[in-house]
This record gives sequence, structure tokens and C-alpha cells, in this order.
Amino acid sequence: MAETIRITTPLKEEDSRKLRAGDSVLITGTIYSARDAAHKVMTEALARGEKLPIDWNNQIVYYLGPTPAKPGDPIGSCGPTTAGRMDAYTPTMLEQGIKGMIGKGSRAPEVVESMKKNGVTYFAAVGGAAALIAKSVKKYTVIAYPELGPEALAALEVEDFPAIVVIDSEGNDYYEIGQKPYRKL
Amino acid sequence: MRTINVEKITAEVAQMCKEAAYYLPQDVYEALKKGRETEESPVGQVVLDQIIRNSEIARAEDRPICQDTGMTIIFLEVGQDLHIEGGDLTEAINAGVAKGYTEGYLRKSVVAEPLFDRKNTQNNTPAIIYTKIVPGDQLKIELTCKGFGSENKGGIKMLVPADGVEGVKKAVLDIIQHASCNPCPPMVVGVGIGGTMDQAAYLSKRALMRKITERNAHPDYAALENELLGLINKTGIGPQLGGTTSALAVNIEWGPTHIAGLPVAVTICCHACRHSHRVL
Ligand code: SF4
Repeated sequence: MAETIRITTPLKEEDSRKLRAGDSVLITGTIYSARDAAHKVMTEALARGEKLPIDWNNQIVYYLGPTPAKPGDPIGSCGPTTAGRMDAYTPTMLEQGIKGMIGKGSRAPEVVESMKKNGVTYFAAVGGAAALIAKSVKKYTVIAYPELGPEALAALEVEDFPAIVVIDSEGNDYYEIGQKPYRKL
Repeated sequence: MRTINVEKITAEVAQMCKEAAYYLPQDVYEALKKGRETEESPVGQVVLDQIIRNSEIARAEDRPICQDTGMTIIFLEVGQDLHIEGGDLTEAINAGVAKGYTEGYLRKSVVAEPLFDRKNTQNNTPAIIYTKIVPGDQLKIELTCKGFGSENKGGIKMLVPADGVEGVKKAVLDIIQHASCNPCPPMVVGVGIGGTMDQAAYLSKRALMRKITERNAHPDYAALENELLGLINKTGIGPQLGGTTSALAVNIEWGPTHIAGLPVAVTICCHACRHSHRVL
């Protein structure tokens, strides 16, 4: 594997476009967590012509619903959730300027098309590595939709958050590339 | 007659939820380590390192292995000579789940109604409870926290007898290949063969409660478990981003079925194959 690439947020389109499927990265800065319910609320707000609670331009979204934090901790266990469930909302969200998505699992062709158009990178965090990932989160602040509990829209301050580029802005898919050499059926 | 008070059951179930969520079973941990030794993909090795380290942190610091602490499934074996006193057994179990998920800082992931409201019950209840009445005066409780990233990828196939062993292998492999990287592999694969459609699904869940180092007592099914594991590890799925460690084990449970049928169900569990046990 090649060297680990360090990324700081916000993520500019030109930097996102340089990343390649299979690259190992460490992300530092602020990323925003949202999952099913928050995506539904946000895309409905956009459809009504309303403004969103944050400016998504050049930001990274993390598909996450953490466990409650133990007293004294910023966050509980916080691994990625299945990104595919967000696919229906994703093209609309990418039009808002999002440049990175962190989740797990494959994406729909419409999402990959929108990623190519907008210069977006999809990162995978290791599914189920939730206690390990929590070590890289320094602060968790709910920004909007607190009524959604663990599904609220929140800001996470992260330091060296470990992830791997799975789909780059040219549409190369590491789920495909990574499996091929070992497929012997 | 032996008696158990429901309060004792509530307290044990609460503890069992936390144990399952924090401590990866030793057999699964060792299988992951073994997988790391043989994994051929460099990216796969990195993923396995993270998964192993994650389970060590969770164990050492009493933290949930995964943020999806699942829906709670409980298999009960109630001795027919046992008297349970002090209240309703189902309520006592659910009180234990609520207590464990709240005290243990586990995520509450259950909605009361699946289609229209989808309102979170806020305490992870109700649990899914399977009860079997058996001889004796003991109460055996087996509990698992079932994550839905993997649960969503299970499947069932109503084969016919002519499909035979080849048909079963194909059905299992189709479901696994369709699941691909999504259920957080390396997976533990539970297969239920026989019975009715619902019985096969039940057996595939039950199969996941068995130690992954233990093979089916019937030599033909044991051989099929090994063969299926070999095939699944040739799919290329690997530990999420490709490789040779796609599954840690295949556990099959089987049951009598109808002359016209051959149901096959697959429940996929992720590497966070969490369970806890008690005999009271
Ligand atoms: S599939 Fe398992 S490891 Fe993956 S997110 Fe769900 S519970 Fe966690």
C-alpha cells in the first residue's frame, strides 16, 4: 500500500480530485455527521426552497449514528453506517457542494455520476471499527435536529481519522478493484 | 420445585447486553487473528488490523465494539420443572434489555412499528424472544446483539429436492455474493436448511449462536460447512475491501422438512458476532 495521505478539512474540489481509489488517508478538522433521518429532513427542506442549517460547500459528511457518550467522553462508539441507504438523497446533497462522504458499502450508479460531476470522493471507514474510530474524535456538537437523537446533524472535530478512498472522483471503485485479484470462483 | 424470581432474570439480561456489546467472543477474536495471518491483500491486512485493535480497545475500556448495538435476540430454554415467580417473564426480559442498553451506553435502535411511524422506543425493546420448553429445572439464556448492516443482507430460497447439495451451495453463494462488502466482512454465516420457510430462517439465526470453531455434529453437514467456507473465501470479498478473508466460519443447522421441499435460509453476521450466555 502507498503512503498515507493527510487531509485537512475543508476539502477543496482540486484536492478531492487528486485522490485515487485505494489511497489510505487520515482526516483532520471538522466533519459533519448525518444519516437517514437527517438526510430526509434536509432534502425535504431543499425541496421547499429553505436553507440548510450548515453550508455544505467543501465539507465532508460522515454517515454515522453513534452510541451515547460515556460521562467524560466526547462521543461513544462511532463507526460508519451503510452509505447505500443515503443514495436516494445523495445527488441532491452533492449539489450543495459536499466534497467528501465517509461511510461503508457500495453506492448507486447515479451517486457515482454525481461524484464525477462535482469532484467528490467517497471514503470508507472500516465497518465495525467503532471503538477505534472514537479515539480520533475530539469533540461532538449537535448542530441541528436534536430531536433525531443519534441521527442528529452534528459537527465532529477529528484528528487523524483513518479512512480509505473507495470511490474516487473519476468513478474508480476499490470495492471492485480490490476484490478482483482474489476472486477465484 | 425450583423457583427463580423475575428480578434475577432482569438483572442478568441487563448484564448480558453489556457483555455482548463490549466483549467479542474469544473464538471470533482468534479467528480474526488467524485471518490476519493468512490474508493476502495488503489493504485487507490493514482492515483486519483495525478490526482486531478495535475489539481489544472495546474489551479493555468497556466500550461497544460497534455503534450499531443491534436488535436484541434471545433464545430461552426453560426447564419444565422450573417455576418463575414475581411477574411476567417477557416483561422481565425486556426490562433487562432496557436497563442494559441504558446503563451500558448502548445505542437504542428499535422502532415500535416498521412502516408508517417508525418511532424509536428509546430503550431498544422489545427484544425478539424464542422460547423452548425442555426437561429439567434450569433456565438457559442466550443473547445476541444483531446489527442490521449484516441482517439486511440475509436471504431465503425455497429450493426443491432435485436442487440437492449443489442447489444449496449455489443459493448460499448467491446470497453472499449479493451481500458482498456491505455486511462488514469478515462474516460469520449462519445457514438453516429444512423445516418450513420460517423454520429455516430461525435455524439460520440459531446457527450463529454456536461457537465458530465447532462443526455440525453430522459429518455431511460439517463437510458442507467447510466446503462453503472455502468457496466464500474465494469470492474476493475479503475484509470489506477485497482479499481472502471473506468469512470466518459457516455454521449450518438443519431440521426435518416436507417431501416436496428444501428451504435454505442464510443469516449473515458481521465480524462483530456478539453474544453472551447464562444458565440460571
Ligand atoms: S454490520 Fe456489524 S460491524 Fe457493521 S455496522 Fe452493523 S453491527 Fe457494526
